[in-house]
Amino acid sequence: MKRTFPLVICFGGGIIFIIQFFIPHPVSKAIYDEALNWLIIVSVFAFAIALESLFRVHGTKIKRRKPGWGFSVIPLVACITVGAFGIIQGVREGTVFMKVFHYITVPMSATVFSLLAFYMASAAFRAFRATTTRATVLLIVAFLVMFGRVPIGPFVWKGLPDIIEWIFMYPSMAATRGIALGVGLGIIGTSLKIILGIEKGWLGGGGK
Amino acid sequence: MSTNIWVWIAALLTLSVYSFLYKDNPIYRFAEYLFIGTSVGYSIGFLYWNAFIPRIVRPVQAGDYIVLIPTFIGLLFFARFTRKWTWLVRYPIAISLGIGAGISIPLTIQAGIFRQLQATMVGDFTISNIIMVVGVICTLFYFFFSLEQKGVVGGVAKTGIWYIMIAFGAIFGYTVMARIALFVSRVQFLLHDWLGIIK
Repeated sequence: MKRTFPLVICFGGGIIFIIQFFIPHPVSKAIYDEALNWLIIVSVFAFAIALESLFRVHGTKIKRRKPGWGFSVIPLVACITVGAFGIIQGVREGTVFMKVFHYITVPMSATVFSLLAFYMASAAFRAFRATTTRATVLLIVAFLVMFGRVPIGPFVWKGLPDIIEWIFMYPSMAATRGIALGVGLGIIGTSLKIILGIEKGWLGGGGK
Repeated sequence: MSTNIWVWIAALLTLSVYSFLYKDNPIYRFAEYLFIGTSVGYSIGFLYWNAFIPRIVRPVQAGDYIVLIPTFIGLLFFARFTRKWTWLVRYPIAISLGIGAGISIPLTIQAGIFRQLQATMVGDFTISNIIMVVGVICTLFYFFFSLEQKGVVGGVAKTGIWYIMIAFGAIFGYTVMARIALFVSRVQFLLHDWLGIIK
């Protein structure tokens, strides 16, 4: 009941939906749609658990007056306030909830990502020392792509955008595809291990 | 200069995040923690109106009680807060993992394997296409550890490294440019939307 049943459910669910893919019938499609709906409903409660984790981590920090505990008040207050506005006002344009999204979440997300430009540049300075021929190739390609994507690139040499396009379309795409195939095989392997009960890490250790 | 309070908030938060370029400081940390809080708060509102209400509340109001089954399964997540019943949390995880894995296998075979192979083998013997096919095979060999990478296998794998280096260089260059584009858009926001210096 505690370990075997969940494994049986996992196995059954996995096998059913592998078979379902190969049955082009409206009933099969309806089962698939219903399963997706169930997964979304279950994930709503999984989010509630994640929320509890956020409150527990920061709540403990505040309760024990750990260093920097004052900052832990901010996510809790912001989360409750924004969440409450969202639930009460809805998610329509013009509400406080959407204004927070457009003027706080989106700009900060863009700013944090743009911040990486500076760190990538400094990391590249350290990493791109052309110590080996392979590193030099990486350096040259990166430089060509960066140089060719700004107006001065095509201004210096008209053919540069075509070369960059070719690099992206063929040698770079070849490696990306090879990696994608490896990732695909990895996903299939891991999924099979979960379905067949070889991978049991998700069962955890409690209540054996 | 903007008179919109929200533009001011966005501008000051943008500057707060950029203050990290000098060093880690309380203003940056305030912005960082606020970002976490508002993002989670957004998820609460989004999930409430796009998942909880339309997928649980409305069907129940309409007499479709079947949704109470996944709701009950989802509620089992809360069993982790008890010592005695904590094992019940395995049921929603088993269902999510089992169905998720089952759905992902054929989809991955279709999109991650067949489509990739189909796009690689276009059947047009141009030099570029040959470079592509050779590159895919060599890259796969580089990640193939069932055979010792020496001799012919080693040579093919080493060619794969060259392709991977080209790809990493291209991806790196592209990512840097994307980040710089984001930076330019933030500067434009500050100078145009906030300060009104540029038109």
